[in-house]
Formats: sequence, C-alpha cells, structure tokens
Amino acid sequence: MRKKEMIAMLLAGGQGSRLGVLTATEAKPGVPFGGKYKIIDFPMSNCINSGVDTVGVLTQYQPLKLNQHIGIGIPWDLDRRTGGVTILSPHMKSKQGAWYTGTANAIYQNVEFIEQYNPDYVLILGGDHIYKMNYAAMLDFHKANDADVTIAALQVPWDEAPRFGLMNCDETQRIYEFEEKPPNPKSNLANMGIYIFNWGILRDALERDDKVHDNSDFGMHVLPMLLAEQKRMFAFPFSGYWRDVGTIESYWEANMDLIQTIPEFNLYEEFDKIYTDADHQPPIYTGPNAMVQGALLSEGCEVLGQVSGSVLGPGVIVEEGASIIDSIIMEDCYIGKNAKLERCIVDVGCTVGDGVVIGCKNEGNIPNALRPKIYDTGITVLGENTVIPDGMRIGQNCVIHGETFPHDYPDGLLASGESILRDKGKEGGTEE
Amino acid sequence: MRAVGIILAGGGNERLGALTTYRTTSAMPVGSCYRAIDFPLSNMTNSGIKKVAVITQHNSRSLHDHLSSPKWWNLGNKQGGLFVLSPFMTNDNRGWFRGTADAIYQNLTFLKRSNEKYVVISSGDCVYKMDFNEMIEYHERKNAEITIAYRRVEDSEDIRNYGVLELDEFERMTDLEEKPLEPQSDLASMGVYVMERKLLIELLEIVAGEGRHNLVRDIITRYRKQKRIFGYKFDGYWRNLGQIQSYFDCNMDFLKRDIRALLTIDQPYISTKPKDEPPAKFNSKAVVSNALVGSGAIIDGNVYRSVIFRKVHAGNDTHIRNAIIMESTKIGEGATIEYAIIDKEVEVAAGAHIIGTPENPLIVAKGSKLQ
Repeated sequence: MRKKEMIAMLLAGGQGSRLGVLTATEAKPGVPFGGKYKIIDFPMSNCINSGVDTVGVLTQYQPLKLNQHIGIGIPWDLDRRTGGVTILSPHMKSKQGAWYTGTANAIYQNVEFIEQYNPDYVLILGGDHIYKMNYAAMLDFHKANDADVTIAALQVPWDEAPRFGLMNCDETQRIYEFEEKPPNPKSNLANMGIYIFNWGILRDALERDDKVHDNSDFGMHVLPMLLAEQKRMFAFPFSGYWRDVGTIESYWEANMDLIQTIPEFNLYEEFDKIYTDADHQPPIYTGPNAMVQGALLSEGCEVLGQVSGSVLGPGVIVEEGASIIDSIIMEDCYIGKNAKLERCIVDVGCTVGDGVVIGCKNEGNIPNALRPKIYDTGITVLGENTVIPDGMRIGQNCVIHGETFPHDYPDGLLASGESILRDKGKEGGTEE
Repeated sequence: MRAVGIILAGGGNERLGALTTYRTTSAMPVGSCYRAIDFPLSNMTNSGIKKVAVITQHNSRSLHDHLSSPKWWNLGNKQGGLFVLSPFMTNDNRGWFRGTADAIYQNLTFLKRSNEKYVVISSGDCVYKMDFNEMIEYHERKNAEITIAYRRVEDSEDIRNYGVLELDEFERMTDLEEKPLEPQSDLASMGVYVMERKLLIELLEIVAGEGRHNLVRDIITRYRKQKRIFGYKFDGYWRNLGQIQSYFDCNMDFLKRDIRALLTIDQPYISTKPKDEPPAKFNSKAVVSNALVGSGAIIDGNVYRSVIFRKVHAGNDTHIRNAIIMESTKIGEGATIEYAIIDKEVEVAAGAHIIGTPENPLIVAKGSKLQ
C-alpha cells in the first residue's frame, strides 16, 4: 500500500456518560452540535483541512449511527482509493475477543492497520471536543523539535487549571513533568488529548505497556512511561477556541456560544470549513408570523412561531404560536402549536405536543432526583424520539426518554427534578 | 433501469438579461440552494436512471462547475454515470451544436454504447418533480413510439411561450407547434420525451443526413403522421425558468407550503451540490417573515416575502421585500430592496434603494457594486 507520512487515529468509542440521556443511544462523538454538525465532525474536518487523508475511527460504544454518519467519508473528502476513512471496531482475534479497554489499548489492537501505511508519524485524536486546529502545523513543530512525542497544549485560566491534566515544560516547550489535576498547579498548560508520535516509538511503547497494563491508557501509562525514559516530549501551544462538551451545562454553553452576534468560534469562514453528512439540505423557511432572533437554524427548518437564543438542527418544525427560548432542538423534532420551551435540550426526532410547557420555573434549583450530578443546572433534557402529549407541563432538571402518555404526568405536570424513562436499559448517565 | 437520460442544457437565453450573462438557464439558481438542472437530474436518478448525459454549450462554465462531481446525484459509478457533453472540434466539423438534434447526433456514441431500451430526454431549465417510470409505463401501454409530457397551462401563463400540442381523443399527437402566434390548444409540451434508444439513433441519422438539426421541428413535428406520438398528461408542479416573470414566480412559489414540501422536503429528494455552509444565523434584531433562507446566511435586518440564498448577509435595518437575493451578496446597513432580483456576489452599499415593480422586477448583475 502507498506510504503515508502521517495517519490519524480517532478515538470515538467513549460513551460520554455525563451527557446523560443524550448518549443513551449514541456515542459522545455522534452527539449533534451547533445545529447540523456532530461532535466528531470537528476532528474529522480538521484532519482533511490539515492534509491528513487517512483516518482510522475507533468505535465501540453505540457505533451504529456513528458508522452511518461517517459512511465512506464523502462529506470530508475522505473517500479515497488509498487511505480515507476506516471504521475500526473491536474484533475477535485468534487468542481472545477483545473490547478496547483503554485509549492506548485501542491503538495497540490496531497496530496492523497502522502498519499497512508504513507511516512516519501517528496522530492520536479524541472525538469529543469542539475546536479547529491545523495538525500540519503541529507536525511541523514536532519535526522542528526532533521530538518523539508532541502533545497539544491549551493555556487554561489558572483557577480552572486544577481540573486538568497539566504539563510542566522548560523554556523550549520540552515537557519534564505531568501533573494530573494538581491542587496547586505549577503550570496552566492543559493536555488536550491530541498527540503526534513517531510511529516506531509508539509501536514499541504500546507493545511494552500491553505486557504491564491490560487497560493501557495514554495519559495514565504510556506518556509517563516515555517521559521516565527521557524521550523528547514537547508541548505544542494552541490558542484557539476549544471546548470540552462533556456535561449537559458545558454542552449547552458551547452551543450558545455560536449564537453571539460575533461568536468567538467562527464557522462562517470561507476556508477550513467544518463538514458534515450532507445527504439532503433543503432551504430554511420562516412563516408570516415567525420571529427568529438570536438563533441558528439548520437546513430544512420550518419555523412558524418564535425562536430566540436557540440552536435548531435540520428539519425542525416549530408550529404557530410556539416559542423556543434558550434551547437546543436537534434534527427532525416537531414542536406543536403554542408550546413553550425554555432552557431545554431536545434530542433527535422528538415530538412535543400542542401547548406543552417545558422549563416551568420553581423556587430554587431542584436537581434531578435520579441523577442529581448530571441534571442540576435547570436544563430539562428530552432523549431521542421522546413524545410529549398535548398540554403537559414539565419543570426544570427533568429528563424524559421514550413515548409518554398523559397518565405519566400527575395533574398534567412533571415537577422539577422528576424523570420519565421508558426504557430503563437506555437511560444513559451511569457515572455520578 | 430500462432507460438512459439526456438533459438538454445548452441553450442560450436573452430574455433573462443580465442573469444569463455568466450562466446558461439550466444553471439558474433557484429556491435558495438549488440550480435549475438539479430538478431534471434528480428526477432521472430518482427514477433509477444510472446513466445520464448533460449536453451543454452556451455559457457552460457555471453549469460545469456545478456538475464537477457526479456523486451528489449518485452518479459517481463505474457503470453508467454522468456524462457532460460539450461541443468539440473534429477534422470534418469545426462547429457548435446547430440544434438540439444535432447536439445529440454529435454525441451519438453515448447512445450507441448504451444497452438500455429507452431514452428519456428532458430540458434542463425547468423546475418539476416527475417519476419517469410512470411515463415509460404509459408509453408502453399506448404502444407509442414517442411520448411527450404535457400540461394544461394556467390562465396566468402565456401559452405562446411554449410548444403547443394538439391531441386526438386517444391522446395521440396530431400537431406540435413551437411558440405559435395562434395557439390551437392550452396543452403545453414540457420538453420531456420518451422513446426507444434505437429509434432515436435511427431518426437522428436520417435528419442529420438531410441537414436538419432540430429535435422538435425536424423529428417530433415532422414525423407526427408516420410515428405513433402520444401526449402524457402531467398534473404536478412545473415551471420553466426562461423568463424574468416565470423565474421570479417560481422562486416565490417555494414560499407556498405545498410546493415547498413537494420540491424541498418530500421524498424522493432533489439533490444539489453541497456547499458545507454552517446553519443560517438570525441575529438579535432580525425580522424574517415568509421567507426562504439558505444556509450560511447571516441576517441582521428585515426580510419579508423573499428568497435569500446561501451566504447572503443582510445588515442592520435593511428592508428586503419581494426580492430574490442570490448567494454571497452583501446588503449594507439600512438598504431597501423591493421587487428585485439581485444576482450573486453583489455588494449593495449602506442606505441604497433598489426598487422595482411587480411587473418589472429590477435585475442587478452578478458582482455589481451598488451605491
């Protein structure tokens, strides 16, 4: 097979359990973002915009919709004769059948895939951050430093630094120490989970670490091991927009960032665009009585009512008299007449009946009774394909998943912090 | 599939004025994110046709750009695929296509190297949604040699702009007159034909030998008594984009719920070349009512009953009414636009007034800078 200088391995198998019901039927990289996109579109687009045309996508948790989204890579121009995009699922091997047990383990199980391209460098990416980055510039930096490993580094505010994995560097950006969530940080350079390895170094490290750890992980095992061996490891400074959208609140905030009049994260540039599956992209229609202000509307939206401070995915219908405030409504949802939605996230394919009110305010903040750490910022979340009958009233920090009926709502009301989960096996959000 | 497709997209057009200075009618942008040819081309692939020729000639650059990759119409295959056929010089022919029949005749290899029984021919500049399988079934049921799709024109249209059919009580065509001064019926040809591939090859070779070059005049009309030519009635939506008024009306038709659903939402989908624009952005002072908006547009002002294409920027306090604003045009703060068709990449200065009338929408040429 033709040699590739650098190939990318994109880790897209994580559940993202703090996103609760949003990842009940979808891996975190497959969660919609910014209306028409999915989270994985950002690293995938960065790859092709950086000239990386060979991408292995490692999937594990709920891969079906993600696989379908990626397809043969047409939206990203990754449909190639050699290289392009390849989905790498866990698979049976002669000795054992193996799930991916850690980030480095997942790469180790696909060494043969990488070897086919005989690359000099391997780029390791996560599938759960929102950012634009030129990996080619990072490779130039890697070469200029004659590095063995380069780690992309973000300067975070000092008061937030204790929440991150930090890197302490000398004046040449060479890393001499890792610190995982230290209470008194010495630096504010956070590890972004984006690595370039010399392939020989990585392959050797993966083989050795596999003998020691059966859940081999880059951050916990492989990188500290290489540092201890005095390998040349450098921090590549990154200064653009970068968001972890791992929680309901951070996911909601990052979506809201996009509707600022001049957003910090600009999707409207002529070059280095973000690409997504573009099977059918009809125009947007706003009706004679519509009022849409401070909002993003994706292809095929039909808005007859009011939308403000919100992000709508493709094909959303908002009927007459309905109002959507400070909310995220994903693809193909139907919002009935005179419904009023405030501060909520509505997953793909939901039907909200006529006159439904979501986000009824009450005194104080009542976290969700089932998952108080996931739903605690006043945002109510409807899982995929949820149906809310006409006229129901729903409070804050509620979570609803599945088809619901009037008898599920005592006196027509689901009080703040309550949940209706039709399918207990699919409630998501197991980590607390 | 039992047919190959041919789309006639080469014609010049002077009636669209500045709008066709840089493009052929088949490449006219329509409905906020489409071009005219998306409709016949999608109809072909949605009908299962796997091999389509698009014949181009006049002002073909933007059409070729639009068709640069066949994969958006599912035609990027080894078997069949999309053939964009433009005029070329040979040792004995230094000319352009001299007519619709000549255009196909000069590309006869396309037909000879096919194996499908039928050919479906469509014009490239009409907005409609049609299943050609039904038309082929009708063609077989009537034991026809040539079938022409037709529709009854509405009172608002001038039938003298169309080819006018006369049919007998069995729907057999007795006459076809192009743009007649005295129309004998209200049945207009849609420029969509079905016939057997071998018959078309045979007729093209005959008329070429006689120095005739026109598909309608020299084949359909001339052979109306020798061949069994039938009309196929079509009741659905259809608009030709060849005139300012019909172009304007067609865009405004997209604002009607049933037509918009048919053309943009319902399956089978009309495909177009994706442009990877982000969602449309409605800023905090935007008022957009009864309007179609393309992706990547940023709206700060007021828009009423208008069709806004991709990447348009309408600044603060703009007032846009009854207008068509094409891709990447920028409307400066406080500008007023009424009854106008603003082509692509126009810059309208702050405070400008561009005002046409319902009968005569004002046309602004591509790339203009207006004070």
